[in-house]
Amino acid sequence: MTAAWTIEGAKARRGKALVLDGAGLSVAPGEVLGVVGPNGAGKTSLLRAGLGLMPLETGRALLGGRAIGGLNPIERARLVGYLPQERRLAWNLPALDVAALGAPDLPPGEALAVARERLTRVGMSHLAERGVLDMSGGERARVLLARLLATRAPLLVADEPVAGLDPDAQLLTLDLLRAQASAGAAVVVTLHDLGLAARACDRVLVLDHGRVAADGAPLEALSPTVLADVFRLDGALVETPAGLVVAARRTLSQREREGPTP
Amino acid sequence: MSARRLELLLLLALVVVAVVAVSLGESPLSLAQYHQALSDPGSPPGEVLWTIRLPRVVMAALIGAGLGLAGAAMQGLLRNPLAEPGVLGVSATAGLGASLAIAGGLAALPGAVEVSALAGALLAGAVVVGLAARFREPEVLILFGVALSAFAGALTALVFNLSPSPVAMAEVLAWLMGSVENRDFTDILRALPPMAVGAGLCLYAAQGLRMLTLGEEAAQMSGLPMARLRVAAVAGSALLAGASVAAAGVIGFVGLAAPHLVRAAARDDPGKILRPSALAGALLLVAADLAARLIPTEQELKLGVVTALFGAPVFALLAWRAARSWRS
Repeated sequence: MTAAWTIEGAKARRGKALVLDGAGLSVAPGEVLGVVGPNGAGKTSLLRAGLGLMPLETGRALLGGRAIGGLNPIERARLVGYLPQERRLAWNLPALDVAALGAPDLPPGEALAVARERLTRVGMSHLAERGVLDMSGGERARVLLARLLATRAPLLVADEPVAGLDPDAQLLTLDLLRAQASAGAAVVVTLHDLGLAARACDRVLVLDHGRVAADGAPLEALSPTVLADVFRLDGALVETPAGLVVAARRTLSQREREGPTP
Repeated sequence: MSARRLELLLLLALVVVAVVAVSLGESPLSLAQYHQALSDPGSPPGEVLWTIRLPRVVMAALIGAGLGLAGAAMQGLLRNPLAEPGVLGVSATAGLGASLAIAGGLAALPGAVEVSALAGALLAGAVVVGLAARFREPEVLILFGVALSAFAGALTALVFNLSPSPVAMAEVLAWLMGSVENRDFTDILRALPPMAVGAGLCLYAAQGLRMLTLGEEAAQMSGLPMARLRVAAVAGSALLAGASVAAAGVIGFVGLAAPHLVRAAARDDPGKILRPSALAGALLLVAADLAARLIPTEQELKLGVVTALFGAPVFALLAWRAARSWRS
């Protein structure tokens, strides 16, 4: 089966700093891929470069088997829906109108119908007419998730979709994305909560310094070695009745071990 | 309130204010004279109504609509309620163009000042279009606008400084203050084509402006041709602002106040706010011009002075509110 999205050998800079140093990913329809890594590992850069939002120095990105650079805006939007990390909204539009921005390809009436249905899915139908700037951060995140779902794209890319959400909203978000994958979509999410990544994703990609440190099933990718080398955690993924959790404690960095230099 | 009802209401108010503005003036007419003006447009009272007051009111409405629409488009594009063509340096550069033409002794040549002002605005528009293609961050555009405004202002001051003729300087100053005095239908017909094209471009960009609510990156991935829509919004508002400076000099703050007046009724929607902003701008400027005519002063008040007197405090108020919302 053709991968929904492939990035190979990506090298990219932000200013002079090398933020991607040969990283890549591949995700197939029906699969939920979690991208994890410490701050500055290149998670957002990998997504942006793979979507054509950031130039690649070397490497290539394919959407639905086609080079990202060769797609026009309409073709690209048909293949992928993107939820950026930046969630600041400029204007106080009603939630319904914001969700409808996910479907600019549809006539206005149909777009609103799709938006209404997606707001119901994220549990926000009762606030459809409320201005998005008059909402709590969690409510706004749900509206933006509804906007992402309204794209109806076969690949959904969400950059830290659960950042700042309460536990219930985090699980709801990942359940909704899982439902999309079950319906045939490919899903890529960046996450900071390793336990959540292990439970919610079919496969986990670990990034470190712009390179892929591990890529595989959660138990494999988040092995004690990777936890130690990449995240500086002393511990392991543990199976519990509620699923996988990370049981670990922080280890000292080289510098911390050596103590303050005189 | 639905968008359509809002527009209808504004249109109605505009018609009422325009009728009042045509009826009232410095030279009061008796009922008999009004009757004469209506039945015989060629009579002296008819002249006052139809060739002095009416073109002036139409011009004020046209300029106000252009500035209101340009302001709303800029605000949507830059995602900032404090933006307007003045912010991007378009008005200042158009003013510089007019100053150069007047100081260069071209004022007697019909249309020379107008063409020069429009050329200045389009130049500024081209610079902004180029920058907008290169930089996607709205803050960067605002900063370049500040620089462009300051530079055009400095060059205008230089024109003053070096001009040997005090008469030309007085003329430049009068131009920079902005007015729709003594305009006829030829002036209106000259202003109409660039304004129509500008309005068309701004309205075409409406969908892109709405999408920008989500931020630059989400808009870029939305499937809309954002690069093209962005250029349309900048070029459209530059044309509108340039044509209005060309026709009436520098009239500030209408582009700021008009969208602000209708923002709540348009549910803050940067696309739906465009047409109501144009109507509100027309309404504001016709009313401001009426005030400029009716306030009894030794010399007639300049329209740009009136709008600035009312507009600058509005700007400060908006900045105050924006600052409070940024802090929270």
